[in-house]
Amino acid sequence: MSAIRFATPDGLPAFLARLSENSRILAPAVKPAGKRSVIFEDWHEGMPVILEKATVPPKDAVLPQCETLFTYKKSKNPDNREDVALCLENRAEARPTVIFACRPCDARGFAVLDRPYLKGPFADPYYKAKRANLTVITITCASGCNTCFCHWVGGGPSSPEGSDILMTEIDGGFVLQSMTEAGEKLLESAGLDDGREVFAKAEAARKTAWASLASAPAIKTAPQCIAALFDNEQFWQEHTEACLSCGACTYFCPTCYCFNITDEGDAFDEKGGRRLRSWDNCMSSLFTREASGHNPRTQKALRMRNRIAHKFSTYPENWGAFSCNGCGRCISGCPVCLDIRAVVLNAIAAAASEA
Amino acid sequence: MPVMKDKELRIVGFLCNWCSYGGADTAGVARAEQPTDLRIIRVPCSGRVDPLFIVKALLSGADGVLVSGCHPRDCHYSSGNFYARRRLEVLKHFLPALGIDNARFEYTWVSASEGQRWQQVVTAFTRRIHTLGAAPGFEDAPLLMKTADMAPAPLRPLGTGKNAPLESLKQAIKEKLPDLACVIGWKQGYDDAHTTPLFAKKPEDVDELVWGPLNAANLAVYLPLFKGKKVGIVVKGCDSRSVVELLQENLVAREDVTIFALPCEGTLDMGRVNEKLGRYNVVGGIAHGATNITITTDGQEHDFSMAEYAQNKCRGCTEPEAVLSDVRMGDSPLVQGEAPVPQELALLDAMNLDERRSFWRTQMERCLRCYACRNACPMCVCRDYCISDSRDPHWMTQEAGVTQKLFFQTIHALHLAGRCTGCGECQRACPVGIPILGLRQHIARTVGELFDNYRAGIDPAAVPPLLGYEVEERNIREREWK
Repeated sequence: MSAIRFATPDGLPAFLARLSENSRILAPAVKPAGKRSVIFEDWHEGMPVILEKATVPPKDAVLPQCETLFTYKKSKNPDNREDVALCLENRAEARPTVIFACRPCDARGFAVLDRPYLKGPFADPYYKAKRANLTVITITCASGCNTCFCHWVGGGPSSPEGSDILMTEIDGGFVLQSMTEAGEKLLESAGLDDGREVFAKAEAARKTAWASLASAPAIKTAPQCIAALFDNEQFWQEHTEACLSCGACTYFCPTCYCFNITDEGDAFDEKGGRRLRSWDNCMSSLFTREASGHNPRTQKALRMRNRIAHKFSTYPENWGAFSCNGCGRCISGCPVCLDIRAVVLNAIAAAASEA
Repeated sequence: MPVMKDKELRIVGFLCNWCSYGGADTAGVARAEQPTDLRIIRVPCSGRVDPLFIVKALLSGADGVLVSGCHPRDCHYSSGNFYARRRLEVLKHFLPALGIDNARFEYTWVSASEGQRWQQVVTAFTRRIHTLGAAPGFEDAPLLMKTADMAPAPLRPLGTGKNAPLESLKQAIKEKLPDLACVIGWKQGYDDAHTTPLFAKKPEDVDELVWGPLNAANLAVYLPLFKGKKVGIVVKGCDSRSVVELLQENLVAREDVTIFALPCEGTLDMGRVNEKLGRYNVVGGIAHGATNITITTDGQEHDFSMAEYAQNKCRGCTEPEAVLSDVRMGDSPLVQGEAPVPQELALLDAMNLDERRSFWRTQMERCLRCYACRNACPMCVCRDYCISDSRDPHWMTQEAGVTQKLFFQTIHALHLAGRCTGCGECQRACPVGIPILGLRQHIARTVGELFDNYRAGIDPAAVPPLLGYEVEERNIREREWK
């Protein structure tokens, strides 16, 4: 039995304020500029409540742009300079965090990240700690969008995957429905009104949203088709000509999880050295440059192949689901308007004509 | 860099091995009394001093930086300090744009025999830095969000390119196409309201070419990738300046590029257009009026007048026509008036140093370090070998702090000094809308002031000012030490 609550728009700040007593709240905030953006930020009382789809998903909550894994210090024994002591300090930290008003595609991103980070042979302790402390409140989408294609890849405007609470806008307010135990616990102590009476309205709103979507093409065969095109360099070149190799697409992708590990600072310095994990992206040439200097993926076409194949072929082979949630940010945010949907559809068509 | 607490500040000195380092030595041998704040780094020549050394020192916590080399005409390598003088003077003008007091940086000339002058220089500079106190940082500057105003009225009528001779242009491209590997242009993107680059190789590809206010992308960025191949490119006026700059720097050969040009009537600020369109399912159609376009989404019409929705750079544009072209069509527009101060630059100008540090901190916090700004820049030709990606030398850390992010912007801006044509692609490409163009505009203005109103990308034969020097600089004056 899930908890169902109702909040008026005016009640949301009080709801967030209550949550913020025990947790950090990450909520969308508007950054005005010639090109305005919406970024998840620490919410505090007095900040407006923004429900827009963010420019950058809240992936940062579990995979920070850069995090210190541990610090290390070396000190020499004054009596014997050969004798060096090494001191490591684990910096894994996680504080209770609530993500407020992300979209279903963003929430599904956490489900995609969970598989490699938690369900493989080794669970990543840094990710695990942050994930265990995370509660996700998702606002369902009221309609489709020209660059969105969540329903192509197994999601939808009210997909519950990855969300602890689904929030749906209805006349006069929002219905909040818990999807997990954590969500239920949160709602029960949230001080909100009961929402069971108006829940039917939320269900109707969700249905309307689904109905507004254009029909989705079948891309079930994408994993095999893209694998079949692996050696077809011409195909990848044709679809990558306009790419600037900037990698913005990977940084605002809710499912891209590749990272770089670097050591910064000096172990003998009083501050010590820091081992950092930071976002990396497969669209950069450095991503695959080996210590020998050899680089197996110097061409941007092959890097693009890697990105598309990872999302639509290799990840599905390993984990049984696409690692693309159809949020469409890589389309709307691309400086040259590259369209990943077109690449996937063309790949399916090209593989069919090759066979 | 340890300092004696409360007595010393952190001052870094870059000293030429042949003159100033010797001068400091002379001062020492003569037992001349000097302050102890300065930490000296010996360099082979003041020409070796990359302005980024200085910025990195200042952003990493130095309170002052002093560069000293041989007197002009006295360089051990004959001209190193002439180049240094230009670069360092540009840097001196640029530092305030970041919010750094440029009194914290000085460059001067001290010969090996001038022990007394060295004593005077180092004493005066250290006194100056002590008067300024410890340098304020960026990470803890108070937040300050500001946005640029819209540019004033355009200098020429803006339109939608509705009556441009697109069909004749397509015909001309088709005629040249057999001799070219491809012709770069624009075609419709993921919907009617967005365009994407076109690489036309067959005549039927050319039919996809579009012309109009949606063609915001500067396609010159692709030219260096075709090095050695013959390619065609369709340009707007601003794009043509990027092509010319590439020619000036021998990054593209003139005989390899065929430039097709139509007079530009302005392009739309897609950031604001997308904001107004909001979420929509489908574009029902797009209608081009004479001075406005109407985009219909989900049955609702949105009107975008060019006067209101053109990019800021288009309003201040004085070169709607290509400055260099092989095939040119269409009527020349009449440009009236002088280019105004660009809006992003005006925004910086209106702030004091403290506000600028706050401003950059606030803006840089959301930077993703995706470097779309770099990759969209037609002048960033290092591509996969950018120094910001290098671990050795270790210019930047992977940390996500605002100092690192701002330092990257400084790398980009300073590497574009005297080369940036102000096309604004860096800012347009930024997925989170950081107004970074202001930094480039700031340097471009300095370069104009110092070097006879020089503008990058106008004359294919001109030498970019930071690649040359004058023995007697007309606008660079040596500063007195008192």
